[in-house]
Amino acid sequence: MTTIPVEALRRKKDHFERGEDRRALEDPRAELLELEAKGELVVQRIDREAVSVATKYGREKRIQKSHLWHHKSCGQCGHIPGYSTSIFWVMRKLGYDYVDPRDQTSCTAWNYYASATSNSAAQAAVAVRNFAAAHETGYFPLIHCGTSYGHYKEVREELIRHPELRAQVREIMAKLGKPLVLPEEIVHYSEWFHALRHEIKARQVRDVSGITVTVHPACHYYKLVEGDAIYDPDIYGGQRTAVVTGLAAELGADVRTYSTWFDCCGFGFRHILVQRDFTRSFATLRKIEVMKAEADPDVVLTHDTGCVTTLDKSQFAAQAHGRDVGVAVMSEAQFAALAMGAHPYKVCQLHWHSADYRPVLEKMGIDHEKAWAEFEADLQKLRSGAKRFLDWDDVDG
Amino acid sequence: MTMTDAHYKAPQVAGYADVPLEEKQRLFAEVKNDIRFADYLYGCYECGICVAACPSARFYDFSPRRIAQAAAREDVELFYQQMQEDIWECSQCFSCLRCPRGNNPGGIITIMREVAVGNGLASAREALKAYSRIIYKIMSTGTQVSPDMLQPDAFPDWGPETSDVSAHLDLWRRALPPETLHTTSTGWAVADKTLIELYLIWHHTGALDMIADVDPGLHAILAEVMEERLEEEGIEL
Repeated sequence: MTTIPVEALRRKKDHFERGEDRRALEDPRAELLELEAKGELVVQRIDREAVSVATKYGREKRIQKSHLWHHKSCGQCGHIPGYSTSIFWVMRKLGYDYVDPRDQTSCTAWNYYASATSNSAAQAAVAVRNFAAAHETGYFPLIHCGTSYGHYKEVREELIRHPELRAQVREIMAKLGKPLVLPEEIVHYSEWFHALRHEIKARQVRDVSGITVTVHPACHYYKLVEGDAIYDPDIYGGQRTAVVTGLAAELGADVRTYSTWFDCCGFGFRHILVQRDFTRSFATLRKIEVMKAEADPDVVLTHDTGCVTTLDKSQFAAQAHGRDVGVAVMSEAQFAALAMGAHPYKVCQLHWHSADYRPVLEKMGIDHEKAWAEFEADLQKLRSGAKRFLDWDDVDG
Repeated sequence: MTMTDAHYKAPQVAGYADVPLEEKQRLFAEVKNDIRFADYLYGCYECGICVAACPSARFYDFSPRRIAQAAAREDVELFYQQMQEDIWECSQCFSCLRCPRGNNPGGIITIMREVAVGNGLASAREALKAYSRIIYKIMSTGTQVSPDMLQPDAFPDWGPETSDVSAHLDLWRRALPPETLHTTSTGWAVADKTLIELYLIWHHTGALDMIADVDPGLHAILAEVMEERLEEEGIEL
């Protein structure tokens, strides 16, 4: 008879047993408020009307509707600016006020994940500096980038768990004349779009029912600190995040699934910039071709900077190898803006995209040649010197 | 060569120098002592779910499971080999967080990369060779990628639209309705005061000095740019 050395095995496992202090935080908001009560940090409160949504494990999360501080995204603003512009435009159309700050840096997490030329203290200080800047204005932060959103949640966990990190960041912030501030919820713009999808639907002017959509959920939105992402039992049975899909379905698009939905896009952070053979291969072989074979979409909708860039830009070179590519890619913010009547070039800036988006516009009933001529007429105002810049009045005029 | 290290590559084959066991232990200790490490590693069932979810595992000889296991077993020989050969293949997508044990192999890799950079390891020098421009951009301007990076010779595989953007860059940027987006050399207009605060963060957290070994030229340029700007503001470090 064999005697199992239970006690010895348990002792060996002790090293890997998770104590309470190492379990995933069930309610980071409550932890923050507790630390605030101890004078360790300042929590910026939601102080305007908010929509309640459910996160992955059921915790209620509130999404403030107005008075928002837009934490912009490097990749969106730099390479696909219609992404940012569409977010602003939809918010303006729904009548909610916001600040588009200059007192904002990148979260610098693209670099953190790509080159590792940073450290946890620097990343936390950059995050808190931005949050403190938002707090100074009284506007509540809304994070445009999925990586910023995921990384800031990581930073929040690290600050909650590690008093020595809090002390270090407080000391640095003191040198900048700022307190250690964190918002009571870290909110991604796609959560705002999800929470307000009924209001967006109410302003819809273009029919999208003939458009087949596949959704790529962004890794850093729902895999990093997973418990904070929005889920809904009515969307994929609560087994995938509800954002993007919930909005596309609300607008009446034909949303179809595909087997590699969990796969990343292939962005890779460093790969997209200096090792793109991997990025191109993954994006086309594991995402675009699978979507085409299984769902035949007109457009891929996603909700992060890197995903739009990767899935859009990787298709061109693959054509040389006869791969089955050729699907438009855009953010759900651009898609929603188009559905609400936004101009495809003045607002959605689709001329910065690579994969052919024109068939999608045609299915929406948009004459893209006429639209381009209208945009060109606006550009002529700039060329002639009649105007230095276009503004929101030009867009809506 | 003993039986236990027979499967490791000889330095002349591996392309990087072997180092004494003590040095490998020191590098491992630096990773293990990072405050994030205990949050990233609990143990490993060897189930391979992380590998199944990993994009890099499909295209490279790379395994997040082996990363977690080497760290858990404190196998410093394998750990050192991974520092030199594997860590830069990771996509940092964090699909490996599907781990039923709650491990974060991608996070362990983040720390391993930082230690590789801070200690000037050959793999870090190689990985960052083409990356200096990006580090310069993020550390000096506070935004990572800028519109003027969209040059056809830099992104020939992104199609003819990149040439269109490049040819019309200034005009198309001025056509963007948000006032903050009229820039071409940064993603958006960052205030001077904000940049000063960012430079102070890089200095006070040691982030700037992390690249001193791995890219001394870039470090010298960045240090000069920042010090000059801080001096103009009357700030002494």
